[in-house]
Amino acid sequence: MSQSLYNEQNGQDPERLFTMSVLTEDKSGLLNHITIIFSRRKINISSLNVSTTEVAGVSRFTIVVHSTREQAEKVVKQIRKLVDVLGAFLYEEDQVHYQEIALYKVPTKIFMGGNKIEKLVRDNGARILVIEEDYIVLEKTGHKDETSDLFKKLEPYGVLEFVRSGRVAISMSKRKTETFIKELEEVKTNLLFQ
Amino acid sequence: MNTSTLAVEKKQPKKTIRVSGSEALLMCLLEEGVDSIFGYPGGAIMPIYDALYGYQDKLTHYLTRHEQGAAHAAQGYARVTGRTGVCFATSGPGATNLITGIADAQIDSTPMVCITGQVPSHLLGTDAFQETDVIGISMPVTKWNYQVTKAEEIPGAIARAFYIANTGRPGPVLIDITKDAQFAMVDFSYEKCTKIRSYHPYPVLDESKVEEAAEIINNAKKPFCLVGHGVLISHAQEALSEFLIKGDIPAASTLLGLSALSTDHPQYVGYLGMHGNYGPNIKTNECDVLIAIGMRFDDRVTGDLKKYARQAKVIHIEIDPSEIDKNVKTTVAINADAKAAIKSLIPKIKKAEHESWIAEFKECDKLEHEKVIQKDLYPTSGEVKMGEVIRLFNEKTQGKAILVTDVGQHQMVATRYYGFNETDSNVTSGGLGTMGFCLPAAIGAKLGKPDRPVIAVIGDGGFQMTIQELGTIFQYNIGVKIVVLNNNFLGMVRQWQQLFHGKRYSSTEMVNPNFQLIAEGYGIPCQKVVDRGDLSTAIDKMLSTDGPYFLEVVVEQEENVFPMVPSGDSVSNIRLE
Repeated sequence: MSQSLYNEQNGQDPERLFTMSVLTEDKSGLLNHITIIFSRRKINISSLNVSTTEVAGVSRFTIVVHSTREQAEKVVKQIRKLVDVLGAFLYEEDQVHYQEIALYKVPTKIFMGGNKIEKLVRDNGARILVIEEDYIVLEKTGHKDETSDLFKKLEPYGVLEFVRSGRVAISMSKRKTETFIKELEEVKTNLLFQ
Repeated sequence: MNTSTLAVEKKQPKKTIRVSGSEALLMCLLEEGVDSIFGYPGGAIMPIYDALYGYQDKLTHYLTRHEQGAAHAAQGYARVTGRTGVCFATSGPGATNLITGIADAQIDSTPMVCITGQVPSHLLGTDAFQETDVIGISMPVTKWNYQVTKAEEIPGAIARAFYIANTGRPGPVLIDITKDAQFAMVDFSYEKCTKIRSYHPYPVLDESKVEEAAEIINNAKKPFCLVGHGVLISHAQEALSEFLIKGDIPAASTLLGLSALSTDHPQYVGYLGMHGNYGPNIKTNECDVLIAIGMRFDDRVTGDLKKYARQAKVIHIEIDPSEIDKNVKTTVAINADAKAAIKSLIPKIKKAEHESWIAEFKECDKLEHEKVIQKDLYPTSGEVKMGEVIRLFNEKTQGKAILVTDVGQHQMVATRYYGFNETDSNVTSGGLGTMGFCLPAAIGAKLGKPDRPVIAVIGDGGFQMTIQELGTIFQYNIGVKIVVLNNNFLGMVRQWQQLFHGKRYSSTEMVNPNFQLIAEGYGIPCQKVVDRGDLSTAIDKMLSTDGPYFLEVVVEQEENVFPMVPSGDSVSNIRLE
C-alpha cells in the first residue's frame, strides 16, 4: 500500500499505530461517511469509539489504525473535508494519553479455593464489578497489552467471556474543546472575500 | 438536523406561508435563482412533479430520456454557467441511475443539487417498492447528502445544499425527500445559508506562504505553470494571464483547465497529460520551479510519480487541503482560492524574462508538428482523420464555440486541436472518464448558454451509451450540433490493444446502425460524410442550420492518438509515434 513519498524522501515511514481524534456534529450517517474513507483505501480499523463530548451537539470519534504516517495524514485530510466534521487530529503513540477498558467474565467458583485469584486481580489493577452466583465480572482499564496480559493470567482458570472496548484517547495539547469550536465559528472562511 | 448549524437564526418572527413540502422545495429553488431542472418523474417524486405543474412559468423542467442524462445535462449546464445544476429523479432505479453523473460531478468538481424522491418514511428500511438506500449509495460520491423525512426540514436542507454545492471546491449534493414529507404542509420561509461552522470552503490565505512562493519564483530560471480547472472555477483567468506575463512563465493546461487561457495566449505552451503536447510533458522534468494552480496531479497528467518533476521545486496553489501533498510533495503549498492567491502573488513577483526557456517549448512544438500535428490536421490522402475535422471546426467558429466531448480518442483529438479562443468553453468528462457524458452534457451546455454555438463531438461508442437523449433534443428543439466521429471501433481501447496487447482486438469492434436513420427518426436534420472533399461544406451546413443538427463523419478506422505517455510511464517517455 505504501508507495509513499515519505518512504523515498524521509527514509523511514514504517507502519505503526496512529490515533485519530475526530470532532463532529452529532449527525446520523456520519460514522458511515468516515469509515468509507478507510475502506476505499482498504485500511482496516483496529478500534473505533464514538461518544458525545462535553460540548452539546458535538461527538468525538477515536479511531486507531495501523498505517504509515503518509497514508494516515491523507486519510485525516479527507475526514476533515467532510462537511459535518469539525476537526480531525492525528497522533503518534507518544502524543496521546489513552486507555481501553476490558471486562472478564469468570466462574464464581475459581474464587473459592483460597485468595490466589483475588491477589491476581489486585496485583493487576483490576476490580470486581459484579458478583453473581455463577460468575463474576472483573474490570480493568489499561493499554491493550496490559488487558491482554491479565486475560492470559486468568485463562488457565477458565474465562467465560472477554470483551474489550475501543481506545479512548486524550491529547497532550492544552487546548479546550470548547475553545476550538468557538474559534471555528468565528473564523472567516465561509464566503469568498476578494 | 441540528438547527444551530443551519442559516443564522434571526430573533424577529419570520413571515411564513403555508404550503406543501413539494411546493416549499420549488420555492426554495426559485430563491436560489434556479430556472432549469433536468429530470424524470416516478412514483416517489410525484407530489413534487404535481407541484411543478403549477410552476411551469417560473421553472422549466426538461424531461430527459434517462436519469443519467438528467445528471449529465445538469453538469453541462453548471460547467458553462458556473451556476448550480439541478436534477430530479424518483426513488430506487431513478436514484441509482443518477449515480454515474453524480460521481462524474464529484471528481470533476461540478456544482449540482440532485433531488430524489423516497418511499414514505414509515416504509424506510422495509424493502418497499422502488426503495433503495440512495443516501448510503451516494455517500462516497457526493460532497454532502441528506435525507429529509419532515416537510419543515426542506428549506434548511435546500439552503445548505446550494451553499455546499457551489462554494469552495464545488461538488454534487443529494437531497432525498420521503414522499410523506413532500405531501405534508409546512409554514414556509427561506433564508439562504451563508455559514456552517464545520465547513470552511475558503481557507484564509497565508501571506507568508505567498512570500515564500514569490521568492522561489523570483529565483527560477525555468519556471513552468500548470493550469487546472480551479482557475476557471475561481474566475482567475485574467489574474493568471497578468501573473504569467509579468513573470514570463510558460503555462500548460490540464484537460479540465482548457480554455482558461486562450490557445494563442503568449505564455500558453500547450496541453498536459497522456495525450497532451510533447513540450509540456518533456519540460515538466526539466523545469526548476513547477507552479500548479487549481489542479490535482491526476495520474493521467503525472504518469509515474517517482519520475515526475523530481528536479523541481513545487508550488501548489489549491483550495482543497486534501489535494495538497496527495500525489506530489510540495515545496510550498498555498491553500487558497486560485484567484485570491494569484492576485496576492502578482505584486510580489519580479518582472522577468525567460526567452530561451520558452524557446525550448517552441522547439518541442516544431518536432510535434513535424511528427504528428501536420499529418493529423492536413492529411492529403486516405480516409478522413479526426484531427482535420476538429481543425475545420476551429477555423469555422474561430475557436469560439463551446466544445463538449465524450471519452476516448475523439476527446483527446478534439481537445488537442480545437484551439479555444473563449473561456469556459470546454465541457468534458475528465476524472471519471464517463462514456455517454457528451450528448446530455451538451444539452445542458446549450440551455445554459443559448447564445453560443455548442458542438458535441462524440465517438460512435459513447454516442450509443446515451443515444436516447436525441429524444430530449427533439422534444425541446435544443440547438446542439452533434458530431459523431465514427471509426466503428471503441478507438482508445483498440489503440491500447494494438500497442500493448499484441493487436488482439477483444470486443472493441462495433457493428453500428444507420445513425442517419436514427437522427431522422428524431426529426433532426443530418448528413453523413465519408469523403474529405465533402467535409467543409457539410460543416458549413451544420453550423448555419438553426436548431439541432447531426453530422456523422466516417473516419480512419485504426487511427492512433499521439503523442502518448504509456500508462504508468514517465512523462519524459512520451512517444511521438
